[in-house]
Amino acid sequence: MSKYLLFLGCVIPYRIASYEISARKVLDKLGVELVDMPEFNCCGFPLDPVYHDMMLTLASRNLCLAEQQNLNIMPLCNGCFGILNHVNKELKEDKKLREKVNGYLKEIGMEFKGTIAVKHLIHVLTEDIGLEKIKDTVKKPLAQLRVAQHTGCHVVRPGKDVGFDDPENPKTLKNLIAVTGAKCLDYMDETECCGAPIIGIDDKISLQLAREKLDHVRAVGAQAMITVCPFCHMMFDLNQPRIERAYNEKFSIPVLHYPQLLGLAMGMSPDELAIKELRVDASQIVSLL
Amino acid sequence: MAETEKTPETKASEKMVVKSSEMDPRFKYEIGKMPGAEKIMLCFQCGTCTADCPIARFNDFYRPRKLIRMTQLGLKERLLSNDVIWLCSTCFTCIDHCPQDVGIANIVRALRNLTVERGRMPLVYKELAANILKTGYAYVIPEMRHKKRGEEGLPALPKANLESVAKLFNVTGFSKTLEKVKT
Repeated sequence: MSKYLLFLGCVIPYRIASYEISARKVLDKLGVELVDMPEFNCCGFPLDPVYHDMMLTLASRNLCLAEQQNLNIMPLCNGCFGILNHVNKELKEDKKLREKVNGYLKEIGMEFKGTIAVKHLIHVLTEDIGLEKIKDTVKKPLAQLRVAQHTGCHVVRPGKDVGFDDPENPKTLKNLIAVTGAKCLDYMDETECCGAPIIGIDDKISLQLAREKLDHVRAVGAQAMITVCPFCHMMFDLNQPRIERAYNEKFSIPVLHYPQLLGLAMGMSPDELAIKELRVDASQIVSLL
Repeated sequence: MAETEKTPETKASEKMVVKSSEMDPRFKYEIGKMPGAEKIMLCFQCGTCTADCPIARFNDFYRPRKLIRMTQLGLKERLLSNDVIWLCSTCFTCIDHCPQDVGIANIVRALRNLTVERGRMPLVYKELAANILKTGYAYVIPEMRHKKRGEEGLPALPKANLESVAKLFNVTGFSKTLEKVKT
């Protein structure tokens, strides 16, 4: 089945449209059919710190919508994936909790049944489509390009919840990058957090985390960074000029969404993939290709 | 004998003293009842969580190991009035690395949830909650963004069912809690 309910989340439509544009393009090329959410509310992730039950109900309402469509739900965002996957798993396994949540959902005429799966974009690409099929669509291997990947946290942690890939040494995104022909470089502390979740609490610490990652990526000579989450992307791309100002140093490292990298390898034009919408200028690496 | 004035050092060392009168022996059980925090008593203070915590590297006060010990000791008032609990970035490294499978980040979440119950909540969460209630989305998406989607060849964004969202805010009790929160 290569038909999914696309879960955009909030950050992507708010300010990272380039991720959505490029993801839709490459998935279309791979023969994946995307159905848009009939209705939407936030996945619940932002409210878990303040009210756990509110998170549970917001997440499960989205899961119920997917169940009604009888489609697996595909978030592009690590935060949405982490929450939806966790709640889906927990409600399937914990009968008591399911009864409690269904009690809430009854108010709005819904019931969680546990009939669908939650799959992040990188799981769909790897598990359902497969690296071989993706490789077949690569017309212009990016052999000249050296990149560094940032998988992010919630698509691999907690390992017990996600059960996909090794959170201490995640390979999924590396394998997906290898398919494009680009070289994926190893760097220090690859598995560290981007800092995004606490930017509204303490922007200094948050930016320090992102700065350190950019520093490690620069140290190995990567020409670009590759992400699969709008929050991580925002930290490294949108906030890169802010980090440069705060620490009085220059990085100039373009940060591409994985579907942009794949799209380039498929032979799509930079404009089609909204490369121009990136904050950090990527024209130099694009001209190399 | 004249009382000597307290230096910042003596004040700091006094803060390190734990008085039995400020320990609530039931607090660990209260926390242990919250989702994912059930194994609070299994923490043997090895310090792996603090050693591997990215926030602890950039902040002198956020120490997950210490938060867990304070919870076990029942230092409820200190914990629930301390802004440091809001620094966890939920990367879940502590959860994956803990040799005792103590859901450390879940315990921090439990501490945050209890703090909110008492009417204290960082501004950013008030804004996120208000946005979700008003639009369904955590951020208010500007009209310009909606228009631009058409030019970019993207379909219109799915609409929120605001009536359902409001009902969920009410039935879970979150609306009542939000009323308690001081601005």
